Amino acid sequence: MLARTHVNYEVKGDVAVVRMNAPNSKVNTLSIQMQNEMTEVMNELWANNAVRSAVLISSKPGCFIAGADINMIQSCKDAEEVTKLSQEGQKMFEQIEKSPKPVVAAINGSCLGGGLEIGLPGAFDMMLTGRNIRADKAKKMGLVDQLVDPLGPGLKSPEERTIDYLEEVAIEYAKGIVDKKIKLHKEKGMMQKIQDYVMSFEFVRNQIYKTVHGKVMKQSKGLYPAPLKIIECVKTGVEQGPTAGYLAESQNFGQLAKTSESGALIGLYHGQVACKKNRFGTPEKEVKTLAILGAGLMGAGIAQVTVDKGVHTILKDTTVDGLARGEQQVYKGLNDKTKKRNITSFQRDSILSNLTGQLDYSGLEKADMVIEAVFEDIKIKHAVLKEVEAVVSPHCIFASNTSALPIKDIAAASKRPDKVIGMHYFSPVDKMQLLEIITTDQTSKDTTASAVAVGLKQGKVIIVVGDGPGFYTTRCLAPMLAEAVRVLQEGVDPKKLDALTTGFGFPVGAATLADEVGIDVAAHVAEDLGKAFGSRFGGGNVEVLKTMVDQGFKGRKSGKGCYVYQPGLKVKEVNPEIGDILEKYKMTPNPAVSSDSDVQYRLISRFVNEAVLCLQEGILNNPLEGDIGAVFGLGFPPCLGGPFRFVDTFGADKLVEKMRQFEAVYGNQFTPCQLLLDHAKDSSKKFHK
Amino acid sequence: MASMLLSTLRSCPVTHSYQCLIYPFLSISVRLSVPSVQTKSKKSLARPGMKNIVLVEGVRTPFLLSGTTYADLMPHDLARAALQGLLNKTGLPKDAVDYIIYGTVIQEVKTSNVAREAALGAGFSDKIPAHTVTMACISSNQAMTSGMSGKTISTPSVGLIAAGQCDAIVAGGVEFMSDVPIRHSRKMRKTMLSLNKAKTLGAKLGLIGSIRMAHLAPELPAVAEFSTAETMGHSADRLAAAFGVTRLEQDEFALRSHTLAKKAQDAGLLQDVISFKVPGRDIVSKDNGIRPSSMEQMGKLKAAFIKPHGTVTAANSSFLTDGASAVLIMSEEKALAMGYKPKAYLRDFVYVSQDPKDQLLLGPTYGTPKVLERAGLTMNDIDVFEFHEAFAGQIMANLKAMDSDWFGQTYLGRKSKVGAPPMEKFNLWGGSLSLGHPFGATGCRLVTTVAHRLQKEGGQYGLVAACAAGGQGHAMVIEAYPQ
Repeated sequence: MLARTHVNYEVKGDVAVVRMNAPNSKVNTLSIQMQNEMTEVMNELWANNAVRSAVLISSKPGCFIAGADINMIQSCKDAEEVTKLSQEGQKMFEQIEKSPKPVVAAINGSCLGGGLEIGLPGAFDMMLTGRNIRADKAKKMGLVDQLVDPLGPGLKSPEERTIDYLEEVAIEYAKGIVDKKIKLHKEKGMMQKIQDYVMSFEFVRNQIYKTVHGKVMKQSKGLYPAPLKIIECVKTGVEQGPTAGYLAESQNFGQLAKTSESGALIGLYHGQVACKKNRFGTPEKEVKTLAILGAGLMGAGIAQVTVDKGVHTILKDTTVDGLARGEQQVYKGLNDKTKKRNITSFQRDSILSNLTGQLDYSGLEKADMVIEAVFEDIKIKHAVLKEVEAVVSPHCIFASNTSALPIKDIAAASKRPDKVIGMHYFSPVDKMQLLEIITTDQTSKDTTASAVAVGLKQGKVIIVVGDGPGFYTTRCLAPMLAEAVRVLQEGVDPKKLDALTTGFGFPVGAATLADEVGIDVAAHVAEDLGKAFGSRFGGGNVEVLKTMVDQGFKGRKSGKGCYVYQPGLKVKEVNPEIGDILEKYKMTPNPAVSSDSDVQYRLISRFVNEAVLCLQEGILNNPLEGDIGAVFGLGFPPCLGGPFRFVDTFGADKLVEKMRQFEAVYGNQFTPCQLLLDHAKDSSKKFHK
Repeated sequence: MASMLLSTLRSCPVTHSYQCLIYPFLSISVRLSVPSVQTKSKKSLARPGMKNIVLVEGVRTPFLLSGTTYADLMPHDLARAALQGLLNKTGLPKDAVDYIIYGTVIQEVKTSNVAREAALGAGFSDKIPAHTVTMACISSNQAMTSGMSGKTISTPSVGLIAAGQCDAIVAGGVEFMSDVPIRHSRKMRKTMLSLNKAKTLGAKLGLIGSIRMAHLAPELPAVAEFSTAETMGHSADRLAAAFGVTRLEQDEFALRSHTLAKKAQDAGLLQDVISFKVPGRDIVSKDNGIRPSSMEQMGKLKAAFIKPHGTVTAANSSFLTDGASAVLIMSEEKALAMGYKPKAYLRDFVYVSQDPKDQLLLGPTYGTPKVLERAGLTMNDIDVFEFHEAFAGQIMANLKAMDSDWFGQTYLGRKSKVGAPPMEKFNLWGGSLSLGHPFGATGCRLVTTVAHRLQKEGGQYGLVAACAAGGQGHAMVIEAYPQ
């Protein structure tokens, strides 16, 4: 018999301690090997009369089972193969569940997906959203029976000793269960009894299925097939018994694994992993002090994600009011975490002790990197750059957080352009995962490495792109927003526009997105990029945006934009006053290209075409980063996996065909770029292999 | 270092007290092992150019379980009783000390400078300044060291005697857990404060009208570490688990503490305890928390903090205690000039601090090697150990930490382990687990006990070590006064 590599056990007294440890990996996944060995071990334990109970534990600090092995699913040729895999897995779970001897799962760290199934049967709610649950909450939800506190240093390192301790406690439990000292099933409470009674009526159950179905449809717009299938499986299991339920589950899982949505999401997962690495190597000097200029929404956001990583952060503004607002934003961000009990109030205070707010440049000589987040005006940026260079040390990097100004234009004022780089954050910084780093021809590799290292420390998913107006993300977004303005001018209501975009899979509708970004910013970018790229960036009239700005409708931040925002109110109404503006710039829609579907493709095709053009022009390094940037920075529909995967699955030829149709009406804004045409001509050409 | 080389060698006057070492009441192998420490010619820790600081006397009120006989007093009453006891025992004129310092943890807001209130109440001259310090369970240690010596950088205040400011000080500590400040909720406090400022009747009524049921919920003093929100018992349980201390070991140690305390009490060894006529009640003259039980009975208790698999129980933890202590500290010249026979020299001391989460109660492990190094001594030189017993699990964890090479190398930056104190020299007259632990008062009890044990057992050096909330710790070396 071959030696087992993933699962092993030793018998302590009459308790078998089963240890999972996938070799050469930081995490345990439910690979075929793991499943096989687990089944084998379980069989041996049942046959062994000396064993009365078992403890299941991982030898990896901080990870029980992270879930199924994505590569294993990906390598399956078809749905049948996945179904078969799933059935094998089910068998293993069933074996543990139906074990004649008690099995205690001792979970230390992440226990996701299938890992949770090993632990205990999951709750309805959690299967759907796949969110991570903290240990104390898991106890409250009844997922786990007992919590064991992590230990500090003792006679071994905290990690080692905590695992040992967990094992000791689990063994005691296993013994207690066998000796009937510990009751496994709690008495059902009154509520539970009532619930059970009510649930015994079919019409009540049907009502529940309907409600959950409705909720899922509302959240996913029906674009994600998995949640619906999950409801179906649960329904089958409850109504027709577990065997049918398991069969439905494995078959559905098999089908789902091979859908384009699954491919898209797996692609994003791999992309995200790739964009969490620093391909530029380790920087010569670690950034220990980071200065941020401008305590606005962006500046303070950057400060927040920096200071809580233990980096000394200087936040500088020009006015006391601006600085106070910015510091309050950082405080509030951390305090909200305290309220949610993610950190203690002491941790909050201790984190904030690393933040220095100031109005002058004192202490900036200690900074290893300066990120400016001042107003988007090249003159101001130049002034700031010169002021900074006058005080900082020679190794200090100057990063500009701009969404559209070319970095080389900013670097033109620098004495040391090799230390100048672009770091484009997305608002709100503490929520948006993407960081777009922009390098010029002169930016040194070490500067890039350092910027990426800082971004990774801040927890960002990073794409590194070439310089140019709007770089990659803003450049893709601008034509889509221009088209959105045209759609509004053609008489489509902002709410309808939002519904059309979210219906295509965007998490945020186009009109809402414009409000979030800021109408003034959008106007600014539209004008700048319009100048740089000419009529291709036309469509809607920039004057619409400008007039809105003039009337004070700058979006969410000013309380009015496409919508009216009232504090405390969740429902937002369309701003009635933009009706007049849109009336003034009214355009007559051409019925040939104005169906709902046409409007959706007009918006998406301009986005996608610009993305492909960025790859063609070398702004983008590879399609993977293009997909990650679009999804994580701009909310491109995740179910489509990004613009490049969309072209691959939708078909470049079909997209070009649609674009030609729009081109005939609107002109060069819809002219497909050369790379897209190449792909349309040769269907074997794919962005993702 | 130079002062170490110059330190005079002195023959140790221990032989005559050798007879005292017969402890018929101790079943533990004290008799066998104590003689081994009777090596002669240990050097004195006196240093040229430095004043010798001596402990003249130390007393304490009986330590009582909170909510018992002291229940109706106030903290300064207890402190007053200790001070009066000190005056009685020493015959000290009421204006003969230069300064009074007290330590306390949970403050009674009416007497926040409890040292001053107690001193006035005890009849000390109103010309003697007094202040109060707080440093959790080592508050009275801080009171003593603030008063005695400025030779260590670790202490924040300049030692009054060593600095030449004073020649005689009284230090002490008090804790009163029978009554703790329970406050109105913050919302209620805010409303009440605004009410004071409200000028018109309308404004007042408006404020009164804004009071809701939720405002009325009281706020109890936190028993949790502020920085981590973890209670000390919980941390002690985790600490015990980290060092693999079993429930059995903890119960055994707790039983040992109670058994030894009982024997010491019965044999009249706890000479520092004074009798105290509690107003409206009887005279109290004995600690009332000493209750030797059996392993079987202790084993029945359920875990008190980490439920249900924890190992720290009510029986192997120190209990909430009321009590006060006081010591008279002088420069040696002053003591002799006043005709006192000092009990011991107070020598080097250190304060340490570490991670308040995972090493909350490891103060003794960090403090012991540091103070020994300062004094130029080794573990083997110490004849008497008095460690503060917060929890049996905490003591056992400290002993294991000191006995671990890995811990010494990884966390103490040493080449090897510190070495654990031998049990036959360790807390032989009971400890905080059995005698009780009035937070602010324990430090003086430890020091006085070392002095008394050195006299009884005939050793030369004693070591006090204690942990405290906040992840802090303290250790002090005490040298026998030639008899």
